[in-house]
Amino acid sequence: MAPVLKVVDLQVSYYTDAGRATALAGASLTLNPGEKLGLVGESGSGKSTMALAMMRMIKPPGRIEAGQVIVDGADLRALSDAQMLQARLSKIAYIPQGAMNSLNPVTRIGAQMTDAIRAHDKTAAKQSIEERCQQALASVDLKPSVSKMYAHELSGGMKQRVCIAIGILLKPKVIICDEPTSALDVVTQRQVMETIDRVKEQIGAAVILIGHDMGLMAQFVDKVAVMYAGRLMEVSAVRAMFTDPKHPYAKALIRSLPRLDNKGVFQGIPGLAPSLLRLPAGCPFNPRCAQAMDICRTDIPRLTALPGERTVACHLFAEKV
Amino acid sequence: MAHLLEFRNVTKVYTRGLLSKISTTALADLSLTLDDDKPTILTVAGESGSGKTTLAMLLLGFIAPTAGQILYKGQDISKLRGPDRMTFRREVQAVFQDPFAVFNPFYTVDHLLTVPISYFKLAKSKKEVRSMMNETLKAVGLHPDDVLGKFPHQLSGGQRQRINVARALVLRPKLLVADEPVSMVDASLRASILETLRGLQRDYGVSIIYITHDLTTAYHIAKSIIVLYRGSVMEAGDVDTIIKHPQHPYTRLLIDSIPWPDLDRRWGETEIKAKESELSDHGAGCKFLARCPFAFASCSAPPPLFRLGDYHATSCYQHRANPGLPAEDLTRVLPM
Repeated sequence: MAPVLKVVDLQVSYYTDAGRATALAGASLTLNPGEKLGLVGESGSGKSTMALAMMRMIKPPGRIEAGQVIVDGADLRALSDAQMLQARLSKIAYIPQGAMNSLNPVTRIGAQMTDAIRAHDKTAAKQSIEERCQQALASVDLKPSVSKMYAHELSGGMKQRVCIAIGILLKPKVIICDEPTSALDVVTQRQVMETIDRVKEQIGAAVILIGHDMGLMAQFVDKVAVMYAGRLMEVSAVRAMFTDPKHPYAKALIRSLPRLDNKGVFQGIPGLAPSLLRLPAGCPFNPRCAQAMDICRTDIPRLTALPGERTVACHLFAEKV
Repeated sequence: MAHLLEFRNVTKVYTRGLLSKISTTALADLSLTLDDDKPTILTVAGESGSGKTTLAMLLLGFIAPTAGQILYKGQDISKLRGPDRMTFRREVQAVFQDPFAVFNPFYTVDHLLTVPISYFKLAKSKKEVRSMMNETLKAVGLHPDDVLGKFPHQLSGGQRQRINVARALVLRPKLLVADEPVSMVDASLRASILETLRGLQRDYGVSIIYITHDLTTAYHIAKSIIVLYRGSVMEAGDVDTIIKHPQHPYTRLLIDSIPWPDLDRRWGETEIKAKESELSDHGAGCKFLARCPFAFASCSAPPPLFRLGDYHATSCYQHRANPGLPAEDLTRVLPM
C-alpha cells in the first residue's frame, strides 16, 4: 500500500529578536491510508508547528527551511500559492486547536459550509452544495436544522463537530486534528472522538491527532509519535509504545501516567523542557535523562529503525558503526 | 466536635428573564460537613453545568445561596463582619483553573506573594516576609531563586500554577478550593501539582475541595467523592468504591468515558451512548432521566439517596431496595 502522507526532513525556524529558534528540526513521517497517528509532546515541543508546516500555514517570523510534504504523490511544498489553496481542505484538512472559536459568529453554519465548497468548486449547483452540507452534518451526528443556526446557539461539543463537518466536506486524504477536545469534558470528548473515528472510516482518510493526553492516544490511535524540543524522539505502534517504550523520554512519559492500579503514585518528569533558543548541545533531552552518556552531550542522535516498524532517536539504540 | 465547614440544605437557583422568570437550579439541597481536626481531600466531580463551580463560588462567599446556610466554624459566612470576616478570607483560599489568566502581567512574583502577607499583617519585618516567601515556595517544590523577581510571562504553566498554590499557602489556610487546577497544564506537570496539593493536606493540615471533571486525577488524590449532575448529587462515597464499582448510570457513563492510558481497558463498554446533555428539559424527576437507558415510571419523581454501603450512596431508583439516606446525612458516607 502506498503511503498517503510522507513527510521528509521537515524543518521550521522562527526568527525572533532573541535569535533563531528551531521549532522543528528535520522531522520525517509516513502515514498509510486509514491510519491514525498520535503526535504527543509537552507545550512548545513543536506539535502544532509540524501540523502548520504540513498545511504551509507557518506565518512570519516563522519559515519552512527545508523538507517535503508529499500527500497522495504530490509535494505540497512545490505547489504555487493558488494550487495550495485548492489542496487545503480537499487533500489535507486541518482542524485547529480551539476550533470551536474559529466559527464566524455572524453568519449561519450553513453559509460557512457553503463557502468552503464554493472556494474549491465555483460551478457547483446550489442543490448539490446543500446536499453535501447536509450529508456532512449527518455524518457528525448533527440535525439538519444546525445549518440554519449561529455558532452561539451551539454547545462546545456541537461546535467542535461542526468544525469536523467542515473539515470533511471535500473528503480530504489527511485530516489533522490539533487538540480537538482539550476544552471539552470527558463525555463530550468521547463523543467527538467517536465522531472523528466514524467519519474517517466513511471517507477513508488518515488522521493525525495532536495532543498531550496519552490516555486519549491509547484509546484512539494506531501509532504514536513522541516529540521533544522540535524533534521526533520515538515513533512506535501504540501497543509497543505503551508496553515497551524505548526512548528514555517516552519511558518517563508513560511512567508518569495515572492508572487504576498505582493509586497515589505521582511520578513526574524531573526538570523542565528546554527553551528552543538555548538548546543544550547533543540530544535535547540529555539534561533530564537518567541514562545520559558522554556522547549524548555532544552528538545529536539520529532516528534509527528498530525491529517492529519503530524508530527511535537515542544513542542507546544507535547502530554500532 | 467543631465543624470547619457546613453546608445546610444549600440550594442555588439562577433566574433570568425580566417578566417570565426562567430558572435553573445550579445546586439542589446539598448538605455537607467538613471537620476541623481531620484534614481531607474531597472531590466534587461532574461535567460542565453540573454545579461544581457554583459550589466553589458559594463556599468562597462570592455568591449567596437561594436557600439554606453555609457555616464556617459555626458562623454563617454571609453574616461575617470585621475580624471574623478577615479570618474567613484568610483561612479559605482558592486555586483556579487557568494559570495564564489569573496573574497581572505587570507585577512580579514577589509582589503577588507580598500583597497577601502585608494585607493580613502576617509579618513584622521585610526579612520575615522574605523568609515566609522562601519557605512557601519550597513547600510547593519551587526554587525561590528561579522564580522570585520574575514576571508571569517568564514562567511555565506548571510553575505559575504552583505559584498560585504558594500564594494560597502563604496565608496558612484551613481550606483550599481547587477548581480544575490541572486541566490546563501539561500532562507531565500534572503529577507534580497533584503531589504538591497532597503534600499540603498531609504536612500542613489543609482540607482541600478538589473540583474536577477528570475522574482519573480525582481517584489518585482524593479520599471521598461527590458526583454532581445538574446540581443534584448522583452518587457519593469512598473514591475507590465509586471509581471501581459505580452504581449510578451517570457515574458509569462518566467513568466509561475516561480515556484510560490502558490498552486493555477500552472505551464504550457500557450500553450508554455518549451524548451531550440537552439543556432544555428540566422536569421534576430524576435529572438524568432524559439520558438514562434504564428509566422507568418511578423516575419521574426525584429519587432520594439510597445507602449501598458504609461509604457509598446513590440517588437512583434501581437501588430502592436499599435503606434511604436523608440528604442532610450525606457526610456520613464520605470517609474523611
